[in-house]
Amino acid sequence: MTQEKLLEVKNLKKHFPVGRKEVVTAVDGVSFDIHKGETFGLVGESGCGKSTTGRTIIRLYDATSGEVKFNGEDVHGKKSKKELLKFNRKMQMIFQDPSSSLNPRMNVMDIIAEGLDVHHLVNNDKERRARVEELLEIVGLNKEHATRFPHEFSGGQRQRIGIARALAVEPEFIIADEPISALDVSIQAQVINLLKQLQRDQGLTYLFIAHDLSMVKYISDRIGVMYFGNLVELADSDELYHNPIHPYTQSLLSAIPLPDPQYERARKRMHYDPTIHDTSGPMEFREVKPGHWVRCTEKELEQYKKQLKN
Amino acid sequence: MSKLLEVKDLRVSFNTYNGEVQAVRGVNFELNKGETLAIVGESGSGKSVTSKSLMQLLPAPQGFIKSGEILFEGQDITKLSNRAMQKIRGSEISMIFQDPMSSLNPTMKVGRQIMEGLIKHQGLSKTNAKNKSLELLKLVGIPNPEVRMTQYPHQFSGGMRQRVVIAIALACNPKVLIADEPTTALDVTIQAQILELMKGIQDETDSAIMFITHDLGVVANVADRVAVMYAGKIVEVGTTDDIFYNAKHPYTWGLLGSMPTLDDDEEELFAIPGSPPDMLNPPKGDAFAPRNEFALEIDKVMEPPMFKVSDTHYAATWLLHEDAPHIEPPEAVKRRMQGFSNTGSKDDKKK
Repeated sequence: MTQEKLLEVKNLKKHFPVGRKEVVTAVDGVSFDIHKGETFGLVGESGCGKSTTGRTIIRLYDATSGEVKFNGEDVHGKKSKKELLKFNRKMQMIFQDPSSSLNPRMNVMDIIAEGLDVHHLVNNDKERRARVEELLEIVGLNKEHATRFPHEFSGGQRQRIGIARALAVEPEFIIADEPISALDVSIQAQVINLLKQLQRDQGLTYLFIAHDLSMVKYISDRIGVMYFGNLVELADSDELYHNPIHPYTQSLLSAIPLPDPQYERARKRMHYDPTIHDTSGPMEFREVKPGHWVRCTEKELEQYKKQLKN
Repeated sequence: MSKLLEVKDLRVSFNTYNGEVQAVRGVNFELNKGETLAIVGESGSGKSVTSKSLMQLLPAPQGFIKSGEILFEGQDITKLSNRAMQKIRGSEISMIFQDPMSSLNPTMKVGRQIMEGLIKHQGLSKTNAKNKSLELLKLVGIPNPEVRMTQYPHQFSGGMRQRVVIAIALACNPKVLIADEPTTALDVTIQAQILELMKGIQDETDSAIMFITHDLGVVANVADRVAVMYAGKIVEVGTTDDIFYNAKHPYTWGLLGSMPTLDDDEEELFAIPGSPPDMLNPPKGDAFAPRNEFALEIDKVMEPPMFKVSDTHYAATWLLHEDAPHIEPPEAVKRRMQGFSNTGSKDDKKK
């Protein structure tokens, strides 16, 4: 894999004001890079800020501070309409709930072609239709579906429409925010296979946000674990699974239920106790081993390094 | 083991503007004392409708039990009047709902919601009911129960709210506890806690649990027996080991195959193609045939009966007929049946 950085997130913060004085620090200084052609998984409990991170990256929210660089260019900050348009074309999003992210009063053709119209990618109606039909075929739907409305589709099919819409403008980078959580198990596998195949065919880069660690492990090359607005661990997905360092990651891994009764009977679950951390120094994101980062203090770093050697 | 609940040829339909939707089409199963029966299936397979009809909570008048019997301790509860059913509901059979957000009353303090059933069903005085509720809240692991009693549902987190729902369900020591996707709305870590809690409570009270879910990982964790539902029917039933290590029905294979293993390099997931059938016009023959790569000619014409695999294990697929060709499950599924966590457990040994 090329190690070319497609997206750089540096010390990204997003705070939401609540009422007059209080502030919710949804994302509190997150930094990571996403390389070209890879799938970066972001996991964590609900409320840990993983969706906010995704939405801030694509500028659905304005960042409180920190920066996001896409292909070396800053995403946030003042932009002309033209620049925004250019940027929007490169980055697209697939949403969690396929029934609320599609306009119920637009037919599938218009939903998918909206991006084409905005970016003037097609010249006439014939091209428009041909492109939509091509996209429908890519995501495994029929061209007859183009005239129908979202309510006529099942959840899995709706998610496919969402994917076709994201693909329409030929983006380089797709943020998938829990794209399968609302779907049935058998349909989940279909959508995951589709996303993987699209990545192979079109060289896409994904940011895959989910709370289901086993699916994330399956689809991602690298995984970041979030806890209360901070990244606590980041590593290659195999490395993270085999050598989880941060106690929170360990407890998260120990909680995944596996469809294997014997394993389940023997399972030992670990609890995460945030008070065990050393508080002698500042908590920072430190590299324990090439490519494997953990949020810890200096003292803990030494301890983790030792732990890894054993 | 004594039979507590027996369902015989249950059929449930809904009247809609488009016609009659046959949600449940002939379901048979039994629930024994102290066991956990998991019912798995996709949305629309009829698992929730089955559980609601046990509690007689079908939306009237459009939803109705068309035929069949539900025997609770030998008594057919489908014939009971609304009044008689009220005595059973919540005291003998109780239910934990999926969404703890919408199954609690937002305008009532949590304590009163727990006390309600105790006062109504068990005739406890207010003080006694209060003490019992405090005990229940402690049992389900809510810290500071005295304070929590006087709070409203919105002051609780999702996991805590589900604990309250469980406390309400347990209030009258029910013989049967129906849990309809109790952990689907929760995070994995909270889910693990709730499952542990339910298992612990079952050990103490010896109640029977009917656990409805679509998550096979959860099933492997809690269930003694498993029934797999598809298109309003049970297509395979057996002990947990039967289903996970010796599945016979292609639909069960599909469900197992579509779960990712934690193996390092895995090829494509084995997805079930297509989507579930429309229950307005259930297909002729085997409902799963159009999505089944192993379907035989007969599947399109005749519905398969339940074939016996062992004393505990039955499956409805023509593949088990003596004249059927011998078909092995796909490689990916076979590997999963040998133990999903192979890589995981090896790892543990390394440590």
